Amino acid sequence: MSNQNFQKRHRAEKRFKAYGLISLVVAASMLAVIIGSMAYKAIPAFNNYTLNLEIDMSNQSTNSTIEDINYRGLLRDSLFSLFPEIEDRSKKRKLSKLISSSSSYNLQDFIIENPSYINKKFYFNVLFTDDSDLFYKGYVDTSLPESERRIDDDEVLWLEYLYSLGRVKNKISSNLFLNGDSREPEVAGFFGATIGSLITIFVTLILSFPVGVFTAIYLENFAVKNRLTDFIEVNINNLAAVPSIIFGLLGLAVFINFFGMPRSVPLVGGLVLSLMTLPTIIITTRSALQSVPPSIREAALAMGASEMQVVFHHLLPAALPGIFTGTIIGLARAFGESAPLLLIGMVAFIVDIPGSISDPATALPVQIYIWADSPERAFVAKTSAATLILIGLLVIINLVAVILRKRYEVKW
Amino acid sequence: MIAASGLLSFKLGKRRARSQLENNEPLRSMPIYHGLYVSLWTILPPIFLLILFLIFKNNILDYLITPFISASTITMGLDEVIYVKNSLMNNISNLNNLIDSDFLSKEMAYSLYGKYSLGRLVIFGSLVILSIIFSFLTFKKLSVRFDARRRVESIFKFIFFLFSTMAVLTTVGIILSLIFETIRFFSHVGFFEFIFGTHWSPQTSIREDQVGSSGSFGAIPLFTGTLLITAVAMSIAAPLGLYSAIFLSQYAKPRTRDWLKPILEILAGIPTVVYGFFAALTVGPFVRSCGEYLGLTVATESALAAGAVMGVMIIPYVSSLSDDVMSAVPVSLRDGSLALGATKAETVKKVIFPAALPGIVSALLLAISRAIGETMIVVMAAGLAANLTANPLSAVTTVTVQIVTLLVGDQEFDSAKTLAAFALGLMLFAITLVLNIFAMIIVRRYRERYE
Repeated sequence: MSNQNFQKRHRAEKRFKAYGLISLVVAASMLAVIIGSMAYKAIPAFNNYTLNLEIDMSNQSTNSTIEDINYRGLLRDSLFSLFPEIEDRSKKRKLSKLISSSSSYNLQDFIIENPSYINKKFYFNVLFTDDSDLFYKGYVDTSLPESERRIDDDEVLWLEYLYSLGRVKNKISSNLFLNGDSREPEVAGFFGATIGSLITIFVTLILSFPVGVFTAIYLENFAVKNRLTDFIEVNINNLAAVPSIIFGLLGLAVFINFFGMPRSVPLVGGLVLSLMTLPTIIITTRSALQSVPPSIREAALAMGASEMQVVFHHLLPAALPGIFTGTIIGLARAFGESAPLLLIGMVAFIVDIPGSISDPATALPVQIYIWADSPERAFVAKTSAATLILIGLLVIINLVAVILRKRYEVKW
Repeated sequence: MIAASGLLSFKLGKRRARSQLENNEPLRSMPIYHGLYVSLWTILPPIFLLILFLIFKNNILDYLITPFISASTITMGLDEVIYVKNSLMNNISNLNNLIDSDFLSKEMAYSLYGKYSLGRLVIFGSLVILSIIFSFLTFKKLSVRFDARRRVESIFKFIFFLFSTMAVLTTVGIILSLIFETIRFFSHVGFFEFIFGTHWSPQTSIREDQVGSSGSFGAIPLFTGTLLITAVAMSIAAPLGLYSAIFLSQYAKPRTRDWLKPILEILAGIPTVVYGFFAALTVGPFVRSCGEYLGLTVATESALAAGAVMGVMIIPYVSSLSDDVMSAVPVSLRDGSLALGATKAETVKKVIFPAALPGIVSALLLAISRAIGETMIVVMAAGLAANLTANPLSAVTTVTVQIVTLLVGDQEFDSAKTLAAFALGLMLFAITLVLNIFAMIIVRRYRERYE
C-alpha cells in the first residue's frame, strides 16, 4: 500500500519535472520556429533575375538632350526584337510588362553617368517585374488553371524562351539593401528605413541618456526622502509599464498638435521614443550606482570630497559599464518599437533616403509593417528579409551590451 | 554661439581666480569652479529664454501674421485662413517666398518680413544682453573668499532635479492630453453611449445627410475583444511561463539555467512587429487550415492566432518575474519540506508556490497589462470588425487596433473619430495603470514579508 503510494508520488514528481522541461522546450522552439520561418520566407528576396537586353542607340539624333531620349521605347524595341513573331498590340503591351517599369529610369541614370554610350550599341541588364521574377524562382505553380496565377500561359512561354536564349541572369539583389521604399517590389529596399531608424535612435540617445543618467544620480545620491521624490519614483516605475502606444498618443497631442512640430519626422519620433526609454535608463543606472560599494563613497567623503565630486569622480566612472549596458538595452527596445511611430505619422510612403532629423522618414520596424500590408506577393519575401535584418541588428546591439558588461564590469 | 560664450566666460572666470591666487591668501574653491560658476550663469539664462521662445514661437508668429490676414483683400473661409496662416508661418523666414505667395501684396510681404526680422533681432539681442548682464554680475562676485564650488554644485543639483521631474512631466503630459481630448470627445458622443454601447462603427460620413452619418461609438465590443485575445494569450503564457519558471528555479542546474534564461528573454526582445508579421503570415493561415480540417469555420484573422502569438511573446514576462520570486522564497522553507520527506514537486506545489503566490500574481498582472496594451501583433493579425463574441475562432478587434486605425493617415483633428482614439487611450492607460499599481503594491508587500 505504502509502496504503491510511494511509486505514485514519484511518478507525479517525474511528470511535474517533465511539464517544466516541456514548457521550456516549447518556448525555446517557438523562437526557432519564428526565426526559421522568417529565414525560409526571406530566401527569394536576396536575388533578382535580370534580363540582358541589347540597346541600340546608334541612330539616336544628336540634338535631343539626354533627358529627352525615349528610354522606355528603347527598352521595348530591344525586347520586341527578341520576339519578331508578335505583332498584336495588346500582346506587345503584355510583353513589355514583363520587365520592371523602373528599368527606363535605370537606363536613363546609366546614360547620364556614361554619355559616351550614346550612338553605340551595348548590352544592359534590366530587372524583371516581381511576378516574372517569382516565376523564375519557382514560386509560380504552372499546373494551376491559368486564371488562378499571376503569370498566364503566354507569359510562361515568353519567360521560358528568354531563359533558353541565355539572356536571363540571377544576381544578388542590391536594391534590397541600397534603395528606399517603392511601390514596385523588385526595386523596394529598406536602406531608407534603416537610416530613418538610425537618425531616430540617435535623437533618442542624445535626449534620453543625459536626462536619464542625471535623474538617476539625483534620485540615488541627492534626493531627500520625501513625498515628492517618492512620487517621482513611483512615477518612473509606472512609466516603464505604460503601453508604448500611449506614448504615441502623447506625441501626437503634445508635440504635433500643441507645439506644431511636423509629422513623420525623426525628431518627433526620437522625442517620443526617448520618453519611452527614459524609465529603463533611469532604473538601470540606479541599480548600477547601487552596486558600487558604499566603502568607495565613504572613503572619498572622508578625504574631503564634496557629494558632487564623489559622484563624478568615483561613483559614475565605476558605474559606467552598467549604465552603458542599460542604455544600450533601452535603445535596442526603442529600435524595435513601431506602435508610437505609427501614430506620429512615420508610416508614410517615403522613397527618398532621409538626411536630417527634420526630413520625412520611416523606421525599419514600421517599414516591415508597411510591407506586410502590401498585397504584392513579392513583398512577403522582402518583409521577411527586413525582419531578419532587424533581428540581426538587435542581436548585434545586444551582443555589444553583453561584451561591454563582461569586459568592463568591475567585481567588488 | 552659446557654447562659445560659455567657454569664454569659463576661461575669464578661471583666469580671474588664478590671478587672485597669485597675490592673495589661498582660494576657497578651485579656479575651475570659479570658471564654471560664471559660465553657467552666462549660458543658462539665455538657454532658458530660448526654450521659452521656441515653445511660444507659433503664438508669436500667429500674432505677427493675423493683422496681415485680416487686412488681406481676398475674402476667405475659416479653413482657408488656417491654411494661409500655416503657409505664411512656414515661409516667413524667406523673403522671396513671401513675395511669391498669392495672399500678400508686395508691400505687405516686405512689411511682414521686416517685422519678422525685427522680432528675430529683438529676441537675439535680448539673449545676448541677458547673457552679458548675468556674466558681468557673477563675474563681479568672484573673490578669494567666494565659495564657488558650493554654488556650482547647487546649480547642478537644481538641474538634476529638473531632469528628474521629466518623468513626472511625461505622466502629467499623458494624463492631461488624454483627458482634454476625451472631454472634447464626450461633447460629441455621450459618456454612457461610449461606455455601455455595444455597437462600434466610427465611420463618419462626409455628407451630413447620409445614413449613419454620426457613426456609433460603443466601446464594449472593443473591450470584450481585447479581453478575449488577452485571455487566449494568458492561457498560453501562464502555464508555459510558470512551468518554465519552476523548472528554472527548482530543477535546472546553475549552468543550464545560465543559458536557458537568456534564450527565454530573447523572446521578449524580438520586436513586436516581427511577432505580428509571423502571426499574420504563418499562424493565422495555419489555425484556419487546422480549423477547416476539423470542420470548423475559422476567420483568417482569428482571435486565437493573434492571442497565441501574443502568449508566446509574454512567456518571458511571466517566467522571469516568477522565477525571481520563487528563488527568493527562503531556503529554510524548502529544506524543511524536503526534510519531512516531500518530493520536490510536492514542495513546489504545497510550500514554495503558496509562499511565492503574491509575487506570481503580480507577475501575471503585469503580463496581462502588457497583453492589453500590446499593439503591433493585434494590428497585423487581428481584425477590424468589432464583433461582440466570445468565440476565439472568430475575428475580433481590440482597443489598440482601433486607436491605430483611427489615427493613422491624415485626418482633421476635431472629428469625433480621431477624438475617440484618445478616449480609448485614456481607458487603456487607466486600466494598465491600475494593474501596474496593484502588481507593484503586491510585490512590495511580499518583499517586506521575507526581508
